Amino acid sequence: MINYEKMLSKTVCDLKPSGIRRFFDMLADMKDVISLTIGEPDFITPWHIREAAIESLEKGKTYYTSNSGTVDLRNEISSYMKRKFQLDYNPKNEVIVTVGGSEAIDIAMRAILEPGDEVILPCPSFVCYEPIATMLGAKVININTKAENKFKLTPEELKAAITPKTKLLVLPFPNNPTGAILTREELEGIADVLRGTNIAILSDEIYAELTYGRKHVSIAQIDGMQERTIIASGFSKAYAMTGWRMGYICAPEILARQMLKIHQFAIMCAPTVSQFAAVEALRNGDEDVEIMRAEYNRRRVFLLEGFKKIGIDCFEAEGAFYLYPNIGKFGLTSEEFASRLLHEYNCAIVPGTAFGECGEGYARISYAYSMKHLTLALEKIEAFVKTLRK
Amino acid sequence: MDKLLKLLEDDATLTAEQLSVMLDKEVGEIKNIIEKYEKDGVVLGYKAIVDWDKTDREYVSALIEVKVMPQRDRGFDKIAEKIYNYPEVQSLYLMSGGFDLALIIEGKTMKEVAYFVAQKLATIEYVTATATHFVLRKYKDKGVIYGPAHIDERGNI
Repeated sequence: MINYEKMLSKTVCDLKPSGIRRFFDMLADMKDVISLTIGEPDFITPWHIREAAIESLEKGKTYYTSNSGTVDLRNEISSYMKRKFQLDYNPKNEVIVTVGGSEAIDIAMRAILEPGDEVILPCPSFVCYEPIATMLGAKVININTKAENKFKLTPEELKAAITPKTKLLVLPFPNNPTGAILTREELEGIADVLRGTNIAILSDEIYAELTYGRKHVSIAQIDGMQERTIIASGFSKAYAMTGWRMGYICAPEILARQMLKIHQFAIMCAPTVSQFAAVEALRNGDEDVEIMRAEYNRRRVFLLEGFKKIGIDCFEAEGAFYLYPNIGKFGLTSEEFASRLLHEYNCAIVPGTAFGECGEGYARISYAYSMKHLTLALEKIEAFVKTLRK
Repeated sequence: MDKLLKLLEDDATLTAEQLSVMLDKEVGEIKNIIEKYEKDGVVLGYKAIVDWDKTDREYVSALIEVKVMPQRDRGFDKIAEKIYNYPEVQSLYLMSGGFDLALIIEGKTMKEVAYFVAQKLATIEYVTATATHFVLRKYKDKGVIYGPAHIDERGNI
């Protein structure tokens, strides 16, 4: 008999499965559910982008690319960073094309963290950072962002969390699940705390194109921050390209060089066909992003207003495509609220606790859905909330 | 208020309440603007886009090129009016190029359409020639692709 317990890595076995997974499994068996749970665009990748990929296949461009991605794509990413954020990254050695933003996050954390190191992570946030840190033997120090601070990380909170062991700050803004963003002034406050330390920043900017009302600012734009910042970003959210698995890293050469080694050995290169699509997206996709952003914004405003009418407090998210309403006042835990809404009204939302304990009292609502769908969902939530008030 | 028009053009079922939120304007104001658009003839009507091939209804449509002799002082307008007043004529355009008017006509059968062309259209004074092209399949109309209804295939990830 094989002893699988001995065979498998204890660290991996001990990883908790993603909290969001559990809820999704419950959803899987139900029919005709009006869901607000999906974290990817409801748009299809614009046709001209798909066409560029098809053309590359027709021409037989099915080889590996260089480890860090095609020269064309790295050039485009570099000029995009310059055009949008006035940031200089040398396409030769400071840009790496990755398999989605996820790989970018993974290689960044692996290049920085060692057993015993501490990584500071604002919560709630996307579910991948903590398990990666755990697998590296690093310790995660959570900072629970607060509604009264608009779910932003404050310099005071950051300062209090720093110890001599702190190696990395993860900065996941615009944030999934809260939709919070950080403005230039707020980033400056954070930069003030980090200046003079040896702490690196992993800035996950996958939602950078999806901010409403004001443009995204990267921490790398703040004086003295670029040298310690790894930007992880990608095409999934902005260009509706989730399935293409196209992400990238922008970082100073000295950091990029080490990340490239991991990428080289583990991945070889990102999918070639997707790289051709990504070049087209960056060259001719600005208008597509504009249209999608406008549509997300309409839905955002529509839902915010809807929640207000129903009497559910909701922080006015300025980024991503999520709202993070406060459902604490109805006397149910987030899980109970979501579970009853699902079973009694066939409407699915993600309980805040899927993103960690700090999510208690909240829920994540995705508005990557049609207006019709959102209207229907709001009606269901309203009906459910009415029964809770009685 | 081009934004409002664009929204309505894409989805005419949006209510004044929904539009008011989306455009950050009072409901009353939205209603007034729409009313004014309707009064001024900017918004001419609201219709559903139907794929009749998915129903039992007998249905054919055709595009007909028409050559006409323009009338003194009236140009093409008078003749166009004569044509568009037939209820079976769905669309009528004045064209540049090898012919003058293009019309799209709907009928139950090819025979019915042919009858319209022979008996009604071709007999109109000043119409000098027609060419009828039957539509074999509609792929896209008014920005909407005809085909199976869209299914949300996104998984929960």
